[in-house]
Amino acid sequence: MTKIRTMIIDDSSVMRKIVERSLRQAGIDLTEVVEAGNGAEALNALKSNTVDLILCDINMPVMNGLEFVTQLQSVDSAKGVPVVMITTEASESHVVQALSAGARGYIRKPFTPDQVKEHVIPVLDAKK
Amino acid sequence: MTATNLEVVPADRRSNWLSLLEVSVREVFEIMVGSNLHAVPPDQTLPRLEFTAMVGLAGRICGVLTLCTTAHSAALMASKMLGIEPQEADPQTWDAIGEVCNMIAGNFKNKLPGGSEPCLLSVPTVISGGDYNFHSLSDGDRLQTILAFDGVPIVVSLELHT
Repeated sequence: MTKIRTMIIDDSSVMRKIVERSLRQAGIDLTEVVEAGNGAEALNALKSNTVDLILCDINMPVMNGLEFVTQLQSVDSAKGVPVVMITTEASESHVVQALSAGARGYIRKPFTPDQVKEHVIPVLDAKK
Repeated sequence: MTATNLEVVPADRRSNWLSLLEVSVREVFEIMVGSNLHAVPPDQTLPRLEFTAMVGLAGRICGVLTLCTTAHSAALMASKMLGIEPQEADPQTWDAIGEVCNMIAGNFKNKLPGGSEPCLLSVPTVISGGDYNFHSLSDGDRLQTILAFDGVPIVVSLELHT
């Protein structure tokens, strides 16, 4: 497995740690994890960080995940970086909105490490 | 918190919602906290519930989901979620109980046929301290399930607006 740098965006620091642990349990070799508490923090962090994968919650204060994915398309340094949504908001309209905005995958909370693996590995494989 | 003055009244048309709520709670604890919840004897006295997390639902379903438990139990949730000792998890307690409440609300609405479409969740709010009364302005049903997490009761309630 290639070493990857990832960004985890969630307003819950507990959830960011759980997502990171799940990625490691899925066998993904993380060299660096950039954390952000909302979409605006994430966009700011991407000015000085390059990542290979982004996992993003939807329901966050300041800037939610759907708005982040939409705005990400205009960030040159993040072009082509796959985004997987990881959220309690699992309605069809949210999934359609997220995928239309550019997300490559969708994981519903609560999630197991196997579900993270099932959704993230194909996204990373497709990026190669 | 005192909540015993409110009557649990699930309407006939929502007769399976209480069981869906209980399943939603159990799943979140099994998957995210790594704990199986157990039934609480009906005559068991509730301890002082010092932590209350709340998440609002708005859309096709409107209401407030609350999760109440003791400070010890909330810290234990955080420690199990993070894989660290309870005393180390103390600063993360608010975050953990809020996120558990958020996932229960999301899991529940996603189990309702068409229920999550469209229905939005609020960002969780967490209150600490047991000396207060909770008054919901909801005019609908109240669903409540009480389950034991590591031997300590947790109370999950859903106040529904019509």
